[in-house]
Amino acid sequence: MYEIIEKEELGASIKLIKIQAPLVAAKALAGQFVILRVHEEGERIPVTIADFDRAEGTITCVFQEVGRTTKELGTFEAGDCLKDFVGPLGVPSHIQNYGRVACVGGGVGVAPVYPIARALKEAGNEIISIIGARTKDLIFWEDRMRAVSDELLAATDDGSYGRKGFVTDLLKEIIEDKGIDLCLAIGPLPMMRAVSDLTRRYGVKTVVSINTLMVDGTGMCGCCRVTVGGETRFTCVDGPEFDGHEVDFIELARRSAVYKTQEKVSLDLYEEKGPRHDHQCRCGGEE
Amino acid sequence: MAAENAKKAIIPQKNPMPAQDPVIRAGNFNEVALGYSEEAVIAEAERCIQCKNAPCRQGCPVDIDIPAFIKKVAERDFAGSAQKLKETNALPAVCGRVCPQENQCEKYCTLGKKYEPVAIGRIERYVADRELAAGVKLPATASSTGKKVAIVGSGPAGLTCAADLAKLGHKVTIFEALHIAGGVLMYGIPEFRLPKSVVQAEIDNLKKLGVDIQVNAIVGKFSTIDELMENGYDAVFLGTGAGLPNFMRIPGENACGVYSANEFLTRSNLMQAYRFPETDTPIFVGKRVAVLGGGNVAMDAARTALRLGAQESWIVYRRSRVELPARFEEVEHAEEEGVKFQFLTNPTRILYNDDYWVTGMECLRYELGEPDASGRRSPVPVKGSEFILEVDTMVVAIGTGPNPLIPKTTPDLAVNRRGNITADPETCATSKPGVYAGGDVVTGAATVILAMGAGRTAARSIHKYLLGID
Ligand SMILES: Cc1cc2nc3c(=O)[nH]c(=O)nc-3n(C[C@H](O)[C@H](O)[C@H](O)COP(=O)(O)OP(=O)(O)OC[C@H]3O[C@@H](n4cnc5c(N)ncnc54)[C@H](O)[C@@H]3O)c2cc1C
Ligand SMILES: Cc1cc2nc3c(=O)[nH]c(=O)nc-3n(C[C@H](O)[C@H](O)[C@H](O)COP(=O)(O)OP(=O)(O)OC[C@H]3O[C@@H](n4cnc5c(N)ncnc54)[C@H](O)[C@@H]3O)c2cc1C
Ligand code: SF4
Ligand code: SF4
Ligand code: FES
Ligand SMILES: [Mg+2]
Repeated sequence: MYEIIEKEELGASIKLIKIQAPLVAAKALAGQFVILRVHEEGERIPVTIADFDRAEGTITCVFQEVGRTTKELGTFEAGDCLKDFVGPLGVPSHIQNYGRVACVGGGVGVAPVYPIARALKEAGNEIISIIGARTKDLIFWEDRMRAVSDELLAATDDGSYGRKGFVTDLLKEIIEDKGIDLCLAIGPLPMMRAVSDLTRRYGVKTVVSINTLMVDGTGMCGCCRVTVGGETRFTCVDGPEFDGHEVDFIELARRSAVYKTQEKVSLDLYEEKGPRHDHQCRCGGEE
Repeated sequence: MAAENAKKAIIPQKNPMPAQDPVIRAGNFNEVALGYSEEAVIAEAERCIQCKNAPCRQGCPVDIDIPAFIKKVAERDFAGSAQKLKETNALPAVCGRVCPQENQCEKYCTLGKKYEPVAIGRIERYVADRELAAGVKLPATASSTGKKVAIVGSGPAGLTCAADLAKLGHKVTIFEALHIAGGVLMYGIPEFRLPKSVVQAEIDNLKKLGVDIQVNAIVGKFSTIDELMENGYDAVFLGTGAGLPNFMRIPGENACGVYSANEFLTRSNLMQAYRFPETDTPIFVGKRVAVLGGGNVAMDAARTALRLGAQESWIVYRRSRVELPARFEEVEHAEEEGVKFQFLTNPTRILYNDDYWVTGMECLRYELGEPDASGRRSPVPVKGSEFILEVDTMVVAIGTGPNPLIPKTTPDLAVNRRGNITADPETCATSKPGVYAGGDVVTGAATVILAMGAGRTAARSIHKYLLGID
């Protein structure tokens, strides 16, 4: 069992949990993810490592409540335990001194961008961060991002915070104003696609971190396959970061929606009956 | 050759295995073969003529003393029989169910020359089930040697190796990547062939021997082999299996509704998607399912599809019926349940609609050509024989390969061209001192009993290595 030792609400339906998982923390690197299960009947869901503390032996995850499992996870409090937690999975981000890097985080994607931006900053890069969300309530970790950036810009679709518009508007200005050597973009699929389309026009190398469906996360099932540069890759072992100019985003979007009908059934059941285990077992208590 | 009881007339046929009715069972996940009654198992045991030279034994990869364990059944000494089995087979309840007996022990049975062979597997299953139900008496373990062994992977190879080493007094820890131990026995082979409670009961017994099982622990991720050895493990056994799915590399293979058998079976078995929405992992099965391949894995997928509600479930196989690599009994069960076959057929392209969902497979018919070097007649495509098999779900079951993670993170571990770890067949020793390997990761996808045999061989070698015995 993996104990949650801290929980925080970061914004409307965006939550942070810090989990005691020393073996994962010991090896975690920016860009990697974990797979967790909330309880015995639970599905395996991938969540990015948003931060890690080797000394403390903890992993921090930030998630958005979008369906059954994430909503149920949202009911877990400090002291509750996750049934399963495995990692670190995936290939860590490639960190080097590129020069000037734009780190673009959309929505909950700001969380996975953070440790990568930090590592890039430590490697000597100039970091220009752009964080975006639909509305002000969904902006979080601006302070953390600012601490690892040379410059930070924000945009909201409705203009309730920062610039009114999309992250791509800000990115375009930066590329045109001063130019960048690398763009890192993590967020909703349409946003990563839009960023990739934009940077392609300017010939700026772009790394995206993609969310495919997953089961095992070890290369065993092929559920996470994605076409990159015309070739089939397994996101869990070859990714999750890929060249944004090469990813087949249309295929990715369609494959992500395979279980829409079942996901709705599952969520409806949840809304009707609530969590499967109304009092999650406390780690200290009986097993 | 015959003992005194040969005087008795031999009953030509095996005592039949009671099974769920095909129509009913195709709609549930309960075990198909129900197991012998006490009466039937004794009658079957009495068919064995106790051959002095026991030819059946040469067909058993772990060399079970077959006449001896059967004799004890005939004498109604079930506990004694179980003990005999356990001398060489750590998981008899599993093997009795899934061994391809017709190619192994039963193939060599004297009775088989004129009649049906003794149903060795069915007797084995009965004895093991009876012991599990009664509560297993744990074998004596040697006093502690103070040596620590890490076992990577909890499939039959790892479990067997762990059991043997624990009995010899070594401290054993199993590291398993998934959240449940058992390997293919848990994630691949369906409940209706191998109830998960049977596997877990065997694993519980292993824990009682003092074996520590760490799930959610991917070696190569949380720790490399070298780090395990630096952190106090004196030897390592690699039983990581052959878990990577092959795809055909034909157009349309990433369309929605196209599964690898591993994904399809893992969702259904390990994640219990057949109970969805009681459980949270979804699975999709349409009306018409095609499974590509002809092995046990393909049969399991085709039969699982029917149980999940498919109206038609096809096996599409490149060769002909006689070449089907699946166990005969499984093919028969699949047919009884309504699985249909397209032999000498192979897809060339997967068709999909505007939403990227699979709608069919364009296939080519084959005929058997001249025998090749191995004597097998290999299929050659018939020109102009293209046709479309309309399906809305496809499962690809054309084999698996080893996971590259451990070789990639262990520079001095030799692998062959296919990525299988190189190990001495006599000792299971790899190129790296103190590291042994066995099961599917060495041989490529094979059988449960061969993996167990390798686990046992490795345990013997590791024991000698740890104690410095030549
Ligand atoms: C490498 C990776 C890292 C991720 N990191 C984060 C993160 O840091 N924070 C965060 O909020 N989300 C993250 N996700 C997405 C997260 O896994 C999904 O939001 C979650 O699985 C949804 O589960 P649900 O039951 O709540 O919703 P559902 O209603 O079941 O699904 C909503 C949508 O989420 C996706 N999804 C569903 N099941 C899975 C699954 N088993 N694996 C992957 N995606 C799935 C599908 O596109 C689906 O339509 C990540 C995904 C991947 C692949
Ligand atoms: C669907 C299906 C049906 C089958 N039916 C039959 C049958 O009827 N009869 C028969 O005899 N055989 C059958 N087989 C074959 C048989 O199951 C295998 O030959 C056998 O399980 C191999 O055992 P193993 O111990 O080598 O590996 P596996 O059973 O594959 O176990 C390997 C384990 O290692 C774990 N692992 C891998 N890498 C790591 C890592 N880096 N760190 C930690 N853990 C790791 C895996 O998660 C897995 O649990 C079937 C196989 C399948 C897939
Ligand atoms: S373990 Fe398998 S091969 Fe050996 S006797 Fe039992 S069923 Fe036969
Ligand atoms: S060969 Fe057949 S009859 Fe002879 S001992 Fe073995 S099981 Fe019995
Ligand atoms: S999630 Fe199963 S192979 Fe990637
Ligand atoms: Mg879900």
